[in-house]
Amino acid sequence: MNIIAVGIGGFFGAVLRYCMGQWIPVHNGFPLPTLIINLLGCLFLGWFFTITLQKIKISPTLRLCIGTGFTGSFTTFSTFSVETVILIKNNQIEMAILYVLLSVVGGIALAFSGIGLARINRSDKVKGKIAK
Amino acid sequence: MIFVVGIGGILGAITRFLLSKWISSKVTTTFPIGTWIINITGSFILVEVFALHLNENIPAWLWLFFGVGFLGAYTTFSTFGYETVHLIEKKDFGKAILYVLLSVLISVGFAWIGILLSGV
Repeated sequence: MNIIAVGIGGFFGAVLRYCMGQWIPVHNGFPLPTLIINLLGCLFLGWFFTITLQKIKISPTLRLCIGTGFTGSFTTFSTFSVETVILIKNNQIEMAILYVLLSVVGGIALAFSGIGLARINRSDKVKGKIAK
Repeated sequence: MIFVVGIGGILGAITRFLLSKWISSKVTTTFPIGTWIINITGSFILVEVFALHLNENIPAWLWLFFGVGFLGAYTTFSTFGYETVHLIEKKDFGKAILYVLLSVLISVGFAWIGILLSGV
């Protein structure tokens, strides 16, 4: 059952990544689509894994489907690596460094923000309940 | 064509799930070695497949199925970010820095070797 759930999430994650890759324009060879996809995925996964652990109760199977399957497949590390190497190969060294830094530092910062967002929500709701 | 990407995504996600579960059952370290191995191997294979695609040695559907769908879904950036934050929150700063550096440098390094091997 868990394997099927991960697979279903994987289907939609890969399709959404492909479609967004078609929509978001590439300027001067800068891989903006993958950057946006990976940053959004980091923000969402941090929020989702935290809120489903602490506040919203969902089944472990659905958590695997959306977190591991969908978000895991939506974001991609292999495309990030290959795009970086292509930039280096094309002698766009500054752009390659910028791409790596924005992806890695941005991804970690957004995963942090997602986790923080999930925790703020929780404490607000707790305060609300106390006020009532 | 979207469907072909999706089928690759199903298989890539399931392979990642099973492989990372199997790897974490074999090791006791808190270092996220499963995702690490997955992202490195996926980066190396993708660059080879990309070279075949660029030289038109494989049909377009195979690139979409295996390169975009399977390998794209097999590797993951969001789990990498989440695991790094997890290490930082546990104040395991050394492991967090090592994880980020080893992921980025070795994945990009492997992709670079892949480019050289494929002669693109």
